[in-house]
Amino acid sequence: MDASLAVLLTIVTAATPLLLAAIGELVVERSGVLNLGVEGMMVMGAVAGFGAAFLTGNPYVGVIAAIIAGMAMALLFGLLTLTLVSNQVATGLSLTLLGLGLSGLLGESFVGEPGARLPKYFGVDMLIPFSFILTAAVAYVLFRTKAGLIIRAVGDSHNSAHALGYRVIWVRYLCVLFGGGCAGLAGGYLSLVYTPQWVENMTAGRGWIALALVVFASWMPWRLVAGAYLFGAISILSFVGQTRAWDIPTQFMNSLPYLGTILALVVISANRRLTRMNAPASLGQAFVPDR
Amino acid sequence: MPLVLEKRAERSTRMALLSPVLAILLTVITGAIIFALRGIDPLHGLYVYFIEPLTQLWSLQQLIVKATPLVLIGVGLAVCYTANVWNIGAEGQLTAGAILGGMIPVLFPEWQSPLTLLAMLILGIAGGMAYAAIPAVLKTRFSANEILTSLMLVYVARLLLDWLVRGPWRDPQGFNFPKTITFSDWQLLPMLWGSVHAGALFAVLAAVILAFVMGRMLKGFEIRVSGSAPRAGRFAGFSRPRTVLFCFLLSGGLAGLAGITEVASVVGQLQPQISPDYGFAAIIVAFLGRLNPLGVLVAGLMLAVSYLGGEAAQVSLGLSDRIAKVFQGILLFFILGCDTLILYRFRWLKTQVSATAAQPAE
Repeated sequence: MDASLAVLLTIVTAATPLLLAAIGELVVERSGVLNLGVEGMMVMGAVAGFGAAFLTGNPYVGVIAAIIAGMAMALLFGLLTLTLVSNQVATGLSLTLLGLGLSGLLGESFVGEPGARLPKYFGVDMLIPFSFILTAAVAYVLFRTKAGLIIRAVGDSHNSAHALGYRVIWVRYLCVLFGGGCAGLAGGYLSLVYTPQWVENMTAGRGWIALALVVFASWMPWRLVAGAYLFGAISILSFVGQTRAWDIPTQFMNSLPYLGTILALVVISANRRLTRMNAPASLGQAFVPDR
Repeated sequence: MPLVLEKRAERSTRMALLSPVLAILLTVITGAIIFALRGIDPLHGLYVYFIEPLTQLWSLQQLIVKATPLVLIGVGLAVCYTANVWNIGAEGQLTAGAILGGMIPVLFPEWQSPLTLLAMLILGIAGGMAYAAIPAVLKTRFSANEILTSLMLVYVARLLLDWLVRGPWRDPQGFNFPKTITFSDWQLLPMLWGSVHAGALFAVLAAVILAFVMGRMLKGFEIRVSGSAPRAGRFAGFSRPRTVLFCFLLSGGLAGLAGITEVASVVGQLQPQISPDYGFAAIIVAFLGRLNPLGVLVAGLMLAVSYLGGEAAQVSLGLSDRIAKVFQGILLFFILGCDTLILYRFRWLKTQVSATAAQPAE
């Protein structure tokens, strides 16, 4: 295979989990909820996906399990932030801490086991085109349908949406569950396609990078694709460096995605107009309907 | 919906104190369920995990040793979260403090005087402060989200430490292990009681001083107003950027101090792994301690039980010590859930009409 094509393929595989997790979180944030637990939902998706595929021998069961695990974590987040109106930032953090701990415990017996890899069709992992279809679908629903208008209304002014008779809490629950499913699927991609095995903390901050991507994309679905592929490219730089025997410490190359995330956040956030215009106005605010 | 949340007329102080107790109770019940699922007698499991670490002298000393970094970091984070400043990168600031403070014994191993330890501690604090200043400045100058930037820096700091101990700072006589030389004499903290080192004093001191600052001084008032009523704070002339910077420098400095005290006592050298995620567990400590410095002192000891219990569960129950992280995560969940009762109460709605009548328009 051509070397540059191989590099391109590696970029695509590195970018897909970021895109999958970020597109879910974008919908969540558009509905006015800030779920910082992406990392926790993702790592639970990874362990559930691997575990289900390993135990049943069927990687498709793994994909389903990954989605369900992400949604279960999201439901927990919803119960706290939406029903019990707890602080979204703190609850998201606790979701991540719980996910990292629980996945480590559940995955203990899977360490070192050979994984079941999701088969390819026409030489392509089906989740890669699916991530694009999902992006297109989210872009269409959010900006071309009534459902999308309701989601954005709930996210921009929950009081007005409530006054118009929309069920703010239910809309948010659905969006949070969708985000959880996407994060779980992204985790499943890691443990079923990217490196078909279970390693503790294998998400390695990708959930947090996905969160930053949503800001980077200023809450616009298609810009996420650009962001995810940019970060996919940065994250494979260390592989390229190793194969070309560059005289740069691998630790430095490995820190590039994190430094890149900070840089990207700074560049985008410094542009007030861009963030103000698209950021959901009710983002992170709890909603209690007055009756 | 028959069961609805209703805002209380005012903040319930009783629930604020009751909520962590309730959360711990719920966590213990969940723990019993987990033990039962694993085929362990729940009562025996709970005894081994939560009670046994408190029954022996050496384990009580270990409890204080483990609580020391948790309290040091936790009090700083409590101030941050009170001000609505979300520093979640304490683990990175801890690492930065350990690196900068550990520089002295690694680069000047011959220097042995009381000043050595002092210089190490000061550099440790400075390292943590400098590292925390990055997200603070990015927040105030470019309004970049401090949650994401401070967390990203954790990964960067860990990679930097990893590079140092595998590369330039590796002990030449260390059989290629990724470790620096071991610290000695004046490069180590003095011992107070068994395995308890002087870091415990710093933790108590930090909690008492911050309790005074937050409760009795204008700065504390400024921080509280900046968090709960930023608009009012602006009218009062309190500068929000300055509060953000202050909180980050304070919590970063304390995390850096925790880092250098850990490597200058328990760890005794620099190595890739210097903390079992104390920086993240301290987030839970801050919330469990009601964001109150003195409460954090108690909460730090409680979280230390979860670490010790994890070790005990590994030895006598054959469980993984990862169960400690699960308990910690569940505990924070329950605290946040129970905290709802501070501002709200549950009420049964009988019919729509009575509900409207019961609550007059605001």
